[in-house]
Amino acid sequence: MAKVDLLGAINMALARALADDDKVILLGEDIGVNGGVFRATDGLLTRFGANRVLDTPIAECAIAGIAVGAAAQGLRPIAEIQFSGFIYPAIDQLLNHASRLRNRTRGRLTCPMTLRAPYGGGVHAPEHHSESPEALLAHMPGLRVVIPSSPVRAYGLLLAAIRDPDPVVFLEPKRLYRAFKEEVEDNGEAMTLDQPVTLRAGDSITIVTWGAMVKESLAAAAELEGNGISAEVIDLATLYPLNDQTICASVEKTGRCLIVHEAARTGGYGGEVAARVADKALTSLLAPVRRISGPDTIMPLPRMEHHYMPAVADIVQAATELVELT
Amino acid sequence: MQVACFRVSCRQYLRPDGTLTASLPCDEYTPDFLKSLYRQMVLTRTFDHKAIALQRTGRLGTYASVLGQEAVGAGVASAMQAHDVLLPSFREHGAQLQRGVTIRELLLYWGGDERGSDFSGPRHDFPVCIPVGSQFPHAAGTALALRRADSGGVAVVIAGDGATSKGDFYEALNIAGVWNLPMLVVIANNQWAISVPRASQTRASTLAQKAIAAGIPGEQVDGNDVIAVHAATSEALASIRAGHGPRLIEALTYRLGDHTTVDDASRYREDEEVSRHWKEEPVARLRAYLTEHAGWSKDDEQALLGECETKVNLEAEAYLQTSPQPASSIFEYLYEALPSALDEQARAVAARQQRKNDGEG
Repeated sequence: MAKVDLLGAINMALARALADDDKVILLGEDIGVNGGVFRATDGLLTRFGANRVLDTPIAECAIAGIAVGAAAQGLRPIAEIQFSGFIYPAIDQLLNHASRLRNRTRGRLTCPMTLRAPYGGGVHAPEHHSESPEALLAHMPGLRVVIPSSPVRAYGLLLAAIRDPDPVVFLEPKRLYRAFKEEVEDNGEAMTLDQPVTLRAGDSITIVTWGAMVKESLAAAAELEGNGISAEVIDLATLYPLNDQTICASVEKTGRCLIVHEAARTGGYGGEVAARVADKALTSLLAPVRRISGPDTIMPLPRMEHHYMPAVADIVQAATELVELT
Repeated sequence: MQVACFRVSCRQYLRPDGTLTASLPCDEYTPDFLKSLYRQMVLTRTFDHKAIALQRTGRLGTYASVLGQEAVGAGVASAMQAHDVLLPSFREHGAQLQRGVTIRELLLYWGGDERGSDFSGPRHDFPVCIPVGSQFPHAAGTALALRRADSGGVAVVIAGDGATSKGDFYEALNIAGVWNLPMLVVIANNQWAISVPRASQTRASTLAQKAIAAGIPGEQVDGNDVIAVHAATSEALASIRAGHGPRLIEALTYRLGDHTTVDDASRYREDEEVSRHWKEEPVARLRAYLTEHAGWSKDDEQALLGECETKVNLEAEAYLQTSPQPASSIFEYLYEALPSALDEQARAVAARQQRKNDGEG
């Protein structure tokens, strides 16, 4: 079994999808000869040919729109937006078309496309390369928003996204691209979408998170354990549509909920999680629901991004405070 | 030093008075075929009148009239093959009718019912595109899929002059050129994008030349001359099917009506301009030709009008008799299978419907 990093797992899943289904095509900027600016598509052009792996001109609206058109006519396109900071021209296509096509034709035309994009900070990238736009994307009925947080889940969730009969935005935490390796079996098995994953069981507090903050939250949970605080860590994996049963059941058990995300706080997806907990598990709460997030500022350029991004110490401190309240 | 040059031509066979500017391009334009194109245009116009009447009497939603542009839809769609894919803007009822979308379905859509886009006819054609020009990339994606399927099919996208000001248009055209895709772009240049005239959309002297910037042949046709539209489309489709890559046709026409039933064009254009364009409209033009060359009589005309009215009225009646969709259908087609995360909301909407039904009972 191969030990691969998250990027390697994505490459493995893309290769598997291309090999399994000749309806699958890849399109995006620099994904062919160059293998993607992060090398997510490395070697795929050579292996599958220029009819399956298509370098596009720089045109994010068209990349998404071509995926919509191709998906509606029977292909399974996987489009790459090079950085999530450049995804905004594609949002018109996602919101006005990809998410709506099945509904507006009463199922006559469908849109089984996947749109991949690296997102988030922590790699000292230039301006417009480090934002976390998941909440913007998780407000489009008809779409799915999926975020992996480990090589194993990147492989299983990406295969699930590609095989899903509806459009999926697959946001990749680029800070984790090369952060650690896991053994990933290239067995073609997809994970289940719409299902949060409990990564660590605990009794005193529930930490709900996704993407790069999963790693920070697990590190915080380990530290909390040393301090005698037992934290349960839940990775949402599929942000939208949000299946809140795992979260609410956990909060009913622990009585406390801390939400950790990298994106700016106001209107961030943590607000939705908090609302679900307030709606369904309020009477179990022993402490207020709290969010650890980026502040409501512009994502700073690399020299100050550490001032923006939540760190293990922030999570440990907030969790400790919540536990000590009662 | 000249490094590039280009030429844009405009073709016309029928003058506004129905006389010929040139001999017809091939033997295809028999009296019977021209009568079928004429019938299609008259049917489109009859439908258009009915749709406006239904809207004015509160039985249809906001509707975009195609009055004056009937030759574009009839000419383009009649040159297409069944396995081609049409990607229409919201004013291409004529092309949709020709493709096999029923009048009842068109009325359902404009009457505010999603089932109007679940065509019984061309199952793979796209529904109309409301966000202007955003269907151009879909056409490129469709063309990619058609080429992969090796079906010989062509993606045919129709949009208005205003749509050529959008980035979507250039992005899709540009990629279609690079990838040599089987895609035909038809610009129905009706001179007005709601209140903004063609001259205010671009300083370019033609819209056809925008294709040339992407390395694609572009030509103009008299869009009120159905023969010119059909001939240009047929030639373009043959070239595309032969693997020569995408083409663009700019069809010069005129929007004789308001933008939609909630628009008042008298706020921004002179009656005199509209009157002038009534003298160039496509239906009278072909009728004059048929009268002169194909023995088209007043009786033929009356019979056709009666036939079209009967058909439109029957379909309108079927539309008006269509039962509304159940409330649950707003969830039914959101995803292939409703995510359990939405169960609670779906139950709430169904329960609200039930309460309303009980109250009425």
